[in-house]
Amino acid sequence: MNLDVHAAVLVLIMALFTWLLRFLPFLIFRKSTPAYIVYLGRVLPSAIIGMLVIYCLKDVNVTAAPFGLPELIAAVSVVALQCWKRNSLISILFGTILYMLLIQVAF
Amino acid sequence: MKNSAPSVVRQAFYKSLPVLAGYVILGTGFGILLRNAGYGVLWAFAMSCLIYAGSMQYVGVGLISGGVSVITTILTTIMVNARHLFYSISMIERYKGAGKYKPYLIFALTDETYSLLCDGQVPEERTGNLYRFLVSLFNQSYWVTGSVIGSLLGSVLPFSTDGIEFSMTALFIASFTEQWISGGNHIPAMAGFGCSLLCLLIFGPERFLIPAMLLITVVLTVVQNRITYEKEGTE
Repeated sequence: MNLDVHAAVLVLIMALFTWLLRFLPFLIFRKSTPAYIVYLGRVLPSAIIGMLVIYCLKDVNVTAAPFGLPELIAAVSVVALQCWKRNSLISILFGTILYMLLIQVAF
Repeated sequence: MKNSAPSVVRQAFYKSLPVLAGYVILGTGFGILLRNAGYGVLWAFAMSCLIYAGSMQYVGVGLISGGVSVITTILTTIMVNARHLFYSISMIERYKGAGKYKPYLIFALTDETYSLLCDGQVPEERTGNLYRFLVSLFNQSYWVTGSVIGSLLGSVLPFSTDGIEFSMTALFIASFTEQWISGGNHIPAMAGFGCSLLCLLIFGPERFLIPAMLLITVVLTVVQNRITYEKEGTE
């Protein structure tokens, strides 16, 4: 029972600090936003998406079989489909199914 | 006005679809993990409602089952979730007029919701804030549903879902490609991608995120004048 109270406290702490990180910039710049922050707000989205792509692929091992090939093939297919159809849903569905087939059947 | 409500719901639902499969599956994975650690469906539900941060909740399973200290939990939360500062900074201007929706929009700003909403595109300016609110709400409902399913059903799934986690990667790659081909300056995208790759090679997969965020900020600060100048030049 003691452990459960402790676990509940930890869950609340995690929630509280996650909220804090999300709300902090809005609280700090509530009145007026400095030009530098407005600039960051404009350029960060594409930079962060680039970071998230790397973040998702961070555990891919390119030094051992299958050398990250399933990830590479599926990623290229997503880029190609997106350029062609401009429809995220199609790109994501196709890329994911292709990846699942690649790792379950091909590699 | 009468038929605007259903259509904005439909538009928001369509926008949120790419996240559906990934969130249900990743949420299910979290529910299974949490149940195996000895915490049942109420815990899964509460964590997904209150914390609502994917990787943090996976890490959190280890924290609560390991019975670590409050200080360790605080530091781990800050390290894992520091990137949310970035998301919020880039949404300050966009969420300015969101009114009653604003607190929830900020709370629900996960990686995936951010990637759906950060381009600022809304079907209609008039219903923009309701649209963003609904996209955020749909996404969280997928996540909560997934974690409850995982907790209740455990690992009895009828087919192999190996590799379905790639849907999240595919979502980010599609967003990245779309932003790239829809024009504008490519320096921020290259800075984000390049700095992260560089830091991954130097610091390794467990430690690269915070150095990468610092380096991205430095690079974007250094090129600030150039980007501002180019933007003005094209107008």
